[in-house]
Amino acid sequence: MMANYELNAKGLLCPMPVIKVQQKIQQLTKGDILTVYCTDPGTQHDLPAWCRVHGHTLLTLQQEQNEIKISLRVE
Amino acid sequence: MTTIQRKAVALISGGLDSMLATKVIQEQGIHVEGINFYTGFCVEGHTHAIRKHDADKVKRNNALWVAEQLGIKLHIIDIIEEYKNVVLNPKHGYGQFLNPCLDCKIFMVKKAKEWVDEQGFDFIITGEVIGQRPKSQRKVTMPIIASQSGAEDRLLRPLCAKNLPITLPEREGWVKRELLYDFSGRSRTPQISMAKNFGLNDFAQPAGGCCFLTNEHYSKKLSDLWQAKGKRDYEFDDIMLLKIGRHLRPKPNFKLIIGREEGENLFLEGYRKQFTHLKVISHMSPLVLLDGEPSAQDIELAAQITARYSQGKDSERVEVQITTQSGVSWVMPVVPLAVSEIPQTWYI
Ligand code: SF4
Repeated sequence: MMANYELNAKGLLCPMPVIKVQQKIQQLTKGDILTVYCTDPGTQHDLPAWCRVHGHTLLTLQQEQNEIKISLRVE
Repeated sequence: MTTIQRKAVALISGGLDSMLATKVIQEQGIHVEGINFYTGFCVEGHTHAIRKHDADKVKRNNALWVAEQLGIKLHIIDIIEEYKNVVLNPKHGYGQFLNPCLDCKIFMVKKAKEWVDEQGFDFIITGEVIGQRPKSQRKVTMPIIASQSGAEDRLLRPLCAKNLPITLPEREGWVKRELLYDFSGRSRTPQISMAKNFGLNDFAQPAGGCCFLTNEHYSKKLSDLWQAKGKRDYEFDDIMLLKIGRHLRPKPNFKLIIGREEGENLFLEGYRKQFTHLKVISHMSPLVLLDGEPSAQDIELAAQITARYSQGKDSERVEVQITTQSGVSWVMPVVPLAVSEIPQTWYI
């Protein structure tokens, strides 16, 4: 069963959000959706790059003022 | 007969050498994945992320970029806590500044060896080149790293392997020694031309090492921190804050961290609950964190310094708001210090 998860990475600077996502994904299974909330603008580049490198699917990337919301599907 | 797919892990720094070393081994049909260790001192990311005036620069993580170019997985591993012992007690001492490069290399290869054992990989590769770095990459340090990390002959340096004793992957025929290299010395020419042959460009060429510990000014601030603490120790927040702002120590018992621009001020705001902080409210002002145990007189001096860095620096009087960690806040009218009243020795 696919499930939705959230991760708060606000206030963390790169590469910590990537490390947190990597750790979280180890506990998830294929098809799960993870939504990450960040504030470091670097995550807009790093998290999509990390997804490409590991073969996960980036679903959405939204930026509103100082907050970035990134959703990805575990593959 | 089926051949076993051999697997190697590469220490990926984000620079050119580890990228080339990986490529050389991939070309020999080995499955490679990358590891990048995050020590807290890495130059990667932070300063660009914090400073607004760098905002236009590409904020890519070079290690991830390299992995993507090579088509390999990259595992970024947090070693912040364990790495403290490397920085605080380096068995082989420091380099030019507070960079414990040799101990750092040994530690990273040791961590990679643990990873290899857990994941069922066969060997480790690094982009080291004999003679490339004066302290950590010398002919004599190569076997020290191999033995003290416990990696022994499972550690292969593809770019200079021909100048080193044969390793397990070569002996077993997993990789062909004749297709490895014999680079040595400080010249970058062979690497640049190899990159060209592989069609790799736009790679990062970090000047002066991969971490802040090779930076003279940063090392000075770290020494000052140890002196002020009365012991050699640090927390993650300490080492992050050393990367940000202007640091002034007017007296041994306190120092000020002054934001230099909007991005830094924003970053420092995140620490308001951990530090007494000051800001001029009558004029545009940086955010200033006060670290230490100040007396009432010290707070007044801190307010005058804050005023000096505000747009009210030439005014006769400015109003500075002071807020303690517990949230108690008051406004103090002060005369800004003149530039000549701030001795150079206060700057860390
Ligand atoms: S420059 Fe920093 S990260 Fe690189 S080897 Fe030296 S101490 Fe380690």
